[in-house]
Amino acid sequence: MDLTAIFQAAFALVVGLDPAFLAIVSLSLRVTLSAVLIAGLIGLPLGAALALARFRGRSVVIVILNALMGLPPVVAGLIVFLMLSRSGPLGSLGLLFTPTAMIVAQVLLVLPIVIALTRQTVEDLWAEYRDHLRSVGLEGMRAIPTLLFDGRFALATALLAGFGRASAEVGAVLIVGGNIAGYTRTMTTTITLETSKGDLPLALGLGLVLITLTLAINAVAFGASRIGARYAG
Amino acid sequence: MTLSKRLLLTAGFAAAFAGSAFAQTTTATPPAATAPAAAGTRFITVSSTTSTQDSGLFGHILPLFKAKTGIEVRVVSQGTGQALDTGRRGDADVVFVHAKAQEEKFVADGFGLERKAVMYNDFVLIGPKSDPAGIAGTKDIAAALLKIQEKGAAFVSRGDKSGTHAAELNLWKVAGVDLDAKKGSWYREIGQGMGAALNTAGGMSGYVLADRGTWISFKNRGDLAIAVEGDRRLFNQYGVMAVNPAKHPHVKINDGQAFVTWLTGPEGQKAIADYKIDGQQLFFPNASQAGA
Repeated sequence: MDLTAIFQAAFALVVGLDPAFLAIVSLSLRVTLSAVLIAGLIGLPLGAALALARFRGRSVVIVILNALMGLPPVVAGLIVFLMLSRSGPLGSLGLLFTPTAMIVAQVLLVLPIVIALTRQTVEDLWAEYRDHLRSVGLEGMRAIPTLLFDGRFALATALLAGFGRASAEVGAVLIVGGNIAGYTRTMTTTITLETSKGDLPLALGLGLVLITLTLAINAVAFGASRIGARYAG
Repeated sequence: MTLSKRLLLTAGFAAAFAGSAFAQTTTATPPAATAPAAAGTRFITVSSTTSTQDSGLFGHILPLFKAKTGIEVRVVSQGTGQALDTGRRGDADVVFVHAKAQEEKFVADGFGLERKAVMYNDFVLIGPKSDPAGIAGTKDIAAALLKIQEKGAAFVSRGDKSGTHAAELNLWKVAGVDLDAKKGSWYREIGQGMGAALNTAGGMSGYVLADRGTWISFKNRGDLAIAVEGDRRLFNQYGVMAVNPAKHPHVKINDGQAFVTWLTGPEGQKAIADYKIDGQQLFFPNASQAGA
């Protein structure tokens, strides 16, 4: 297998605009971006609250959240699988082997990253601006919106880290999605499938497309933060 | 800790459901041919084997079934053992696999309705062209396996409770090789699908038992070739059954049964016979054959 075959396969995929391929790419993006969005909505406020709150067992919570950043995707997938299976506690929802199940699994993967990195960022900001914020009457949980806004560039990086984890993983979406053609087949599960079918150029071609997409999203985020930083002075 | 974690989980689930609803409404509609089903689409979930998927059979027959009935078939492909488990848990409406004894047990245990024969193909023993066990071109699978073990030639086992794995274990028994006693570094269980096993065998110049359908459609053959074929004991029968609604009331019994009926009826059987790669037929329909 030579390099040209790989690039040819990748090129044919992109240029051909094959509807099946486009559906796979759009599902991948839909699942991953939804998971990052949800994890952001939950994780940013929760991480900030954890940074400011003082309670017994706080260090334990922090250590566990930090460790959960390394939660193996396949384990996250298995947990969601057991919850959503018809024989599991949430089986009546009928969500196993659907994109929703894949989003749930990826939220489990992304959430610890967002919470842990948000906590660290906000804690550092709070240490730096505590006196100032107190002098304008922002204390405790009321300081959270301000701190999140001040930390927005670092927090965007946290979200990008979450995106990277979700878009790259295959273990969780394979288990809870079932890799159903035209329905729950994502880029990473397609790569797995094509590898097992022995079509290595196509598998690597898809990999190339996935890497390019990730690169593009990171470039856009970087550009946006540059522009944002300029206007913010 | 447990409380806050449980809260976190609950919040996660709740938000994920809301979020996916959001995602669904904001995603532009993809082309109709491959569009993820909108709410209200008629579909059934079929748990099946890696061989039917990797060989491309489903890609050929399912569009025909959908055109005829309007029912979309969502296939989750796993090893036969896992596919039966998926049916047992009620996560599939129909199970389509190849291990007759396990299928009959599935039905006897009340998880499936009547098992029906669908088609057959055969297994082939694949090996490196250098043929370290000296068995290439022979017809006796039992003698060939015995030679592999005696010479300690590398053998890749699926090791995943699939239909092919069950058939392989049975053939070792027929060959009179007690695997538990003779297992050594030559016998390599990888716990993966058919394609992955072929890739692995290619990588380590080992022998591997494969179904002919997957072998014909496999693209990364490298140094591999068929070593043994044509033994009657290499026969590979596929069967289909709907999951019993008495065990799992939510299964779509009508649409599931429609698929079983179509697959074993004249149209489905013809569709199976028509599926060819490079002029070679991969599966041979035999639903009408008694005792298959």
